[in-house]
Amino acid sequence: MSNIQDITKPEHLVYRKTPLLTDNVMHYCPGCTHGVIHKLVGEVIEELDIQDKTIGVSPVGCSVLAYNYLDIDWAQAAHGRAPAVATGISRLHPEKYVFTYQGDGDLASIGCAEIMHACSRGENIVVIFINNAIYGMTGGQMAPTTLLGQVTATTPYGRDPKLNGFPMKITELLAQLDGTCYVTRQSADTPGAVRKAKNAIKKAFQNTRLQKGTSFIEIVGTCNSGWKMTPVDSNTWMRENMFPKYPLGDIKDI
Amino acid sequence: MKGNEVIAEAAIRCGCDGYFGYPITPQSEVMETLMLRKPWEETGMVVLQAESEVAAINMVYGAATCGKKVMTSSSSPGVSLKQEGITYLAGAELPCLVVDVVRGGPGLGTIQPAQSDYFQATKGGGHGDYHLIVLAPASVQEMNDFVDLGFELAFKYRNPAMILSDGVIGQMMEKVELSPFKPRWTDEEIEKISGSWALRGKKNREHHIVTSLELDPYGQEKFNRKLQAKYREIEAKEVRYEEIACEDADYLLIAYGSSARICQKTVDLAREQGIKVGIFRPITLYPFPMEALAKWAGRVKGMLSVEMSAGQMVYDVRLAVNGKVKVEHYGRLGGVIHAPEEVLEGFKSAFGL
Amino acid sequence: MAKFKGAIVVDNEKCKGCGLCVVACPTKVIELNPNVNGKGYHYAWMKNPDGCIGCASCGLVCPDSVISVYKMSVES
Repeated sequence: MSNIQDITKPEHLVYRKTPLLTDNVMHYCPGCTHGVIHKLVGEVIEELDIQDKTIGVSPVGCSVLAYNYLDIDWAQAAHGRAPAVATGISRLHPEKYVFTYQGDGDLASIGCAEIMHACSRGENIVVIFINNAIYGMTGGQMAPTTLLGQVTATTPYGRDPKLNGFPMKITELLAQLDGTCYVTRQSADTPGAVRKAKNAIKKAFQNTRLQKGTSFIEIVGTCNSGWKMTPVDSNTWMRENMFPKYPLGDIKDI
Repeated sequence: MKGNEVIAEAAIRCGCDGYFGYPITPQSEVMETLMLRKPWEETGMVVLQAESEVAAINMVYGAATCGKKVMTSSSSPGVSLKQEGITYLAGAELPCLVVDVVRGGPGLGTIQPAQSDYFQATKGGGHGDYHLIVLAPASVQEMNDFVDLGFELAFKYRNPAMILSDGVIGQMMEKVELSPFKPRWTDEEIEKISGSWALRGKKNREHHIVTSLELDPYGQEKFNRKLQAKYREIEAKEVRYEEIACEDADYLLIAYGSSARICQKTVDLAREQGIKVGIFRPITLYPFPMEALAKWAGRVKGMLSVEMSAGQMVYDVRLAVNGKVKVEHYGRLGGVIHAPEEVLEGFKSAFGL
Repeated sequence: MAKFKGAIVVDNEKCKGCGLCVVACPTKVIELNPNVNGKGYHYAWMKNPDGCIGCASCGLVCPDSVISVYKMSVES
């Protein structure tokens, strides 16, 4: 039998925190999907060896402070405007890898025009869109992606389409635009899903290298604080309720 | 050349790296001229038509994070839309140039010239304690000159600068001496000028973060005090103004931009009638030439702030002279341009002459 | 036939005790510790270390990147 000290020698290390993540403790709630996706972005940047060529644009929302966690240059954008900010950076730094990191309120509500037109112009950027069907930072209000019947702080009796309209599948809308080269929907709830999501993020950054246009990755995620569930129950609820409305997989890949 | 066309030409010639705009009358010629000139072939300057003024100013924000010379232009309703981005630019201490070719408001208002956005331009415009450096051209020549000056000041103080023009200057055709060509900054020059903060990719240094967010109120207060110290320095060093026929004047017309041009004729008319009138023309509206104007307070009998508005700069004039001399306002509103004779009548009635 | 033995090292103080690694572990090695860390979280730990195969499933799903995974081959 080998004891733990024998196993945990440096030469046996197979998985560790990517050095692209800083040592700051993330402010996210326990179990938050943001942490996993931050890590995947960091791992992709590490593996592609593009730390010195990558510029991130953080949104307004829970992930506004993403710049504290990934050790790359960052711009913090006004609410919803990250695609416009990324456009400005990418146009003046055409050789750089520019990505936005946005939530559903930021991207699909207040920033609808900016994301639509950045994708329509085919800006050579990566967009990482975290859809957890709620405004997390402001206390769990209804988002454009909130499901029918879903209870939030501003739909206390459940989202009613007569009062609140319908959930928006913005990813499918963006796939219709000629400027997008790669549009996919992923999750991060299982080890397999995390691997797939990472592959998608990597492919998106490689598309930037190939100057292919806008790569758009939706991550269906959880907000266990906003949903008022444990992280584990949130994943179950997501699989049962979110995935039927927001099915996983590639929507466009050219 | 037309004032708006000169803005475009001056941008190319001063080594501007990027322009992001959205059409609005009376300034659409700026982007039209740029698109026609295709500077991306000549200097590498990027020109992009955005989907909205909101997007355009946020593209400027992004582009400015690169440490490059970037600008936008618009007119009053469009500049209102840009205010969000402008306060973020000020809060993130990003240099850029915003050209406002003012038209009459409020609301959609009129497409005719006005000077009714003085408050918006000089008092911040968006939320928070901040100022833009505001230059007011009174000629097509100054439309040319202030592009370069605006960038110079914006980078010197890491603060957005604004050219506050109006539909008169923007649409007016005048002879102009264009600035000589300056090449765009090289990577090495940008590194030297803005290397301590610009986003150029992290390599052999700490990562750079451009943000206006500070969750700790004490941290935010500290930052605001730093901004205020910067504004005090700007107020001490960057005041610009012109005095016309002031030496023997009994009265001063205080006017900027197109109103200052109109007032030159008013001065001639007044002097023909034996009334000694001069013009004090603020060139920087922020910083406002408080001290220079205060010096005239004890030497003249009255001051008339002539603006195509209901009276906005007049408040700064009154602040400057601090009650030592009578200050009145005259101006047509809503896109109507006052004639020199009207100004003279307004002046005489204001001071009972 | 080569067989693998694994182990994990958890940064106890940075773990938030979300429990996602517990359900991700295919061999039920991980549980939340009855003790709490400085932030009051029940941090993840190897309750049943012998079962660890070093698959890194726990590390993959960890939102706070607090799990390092080790894996060594042993003779059967």
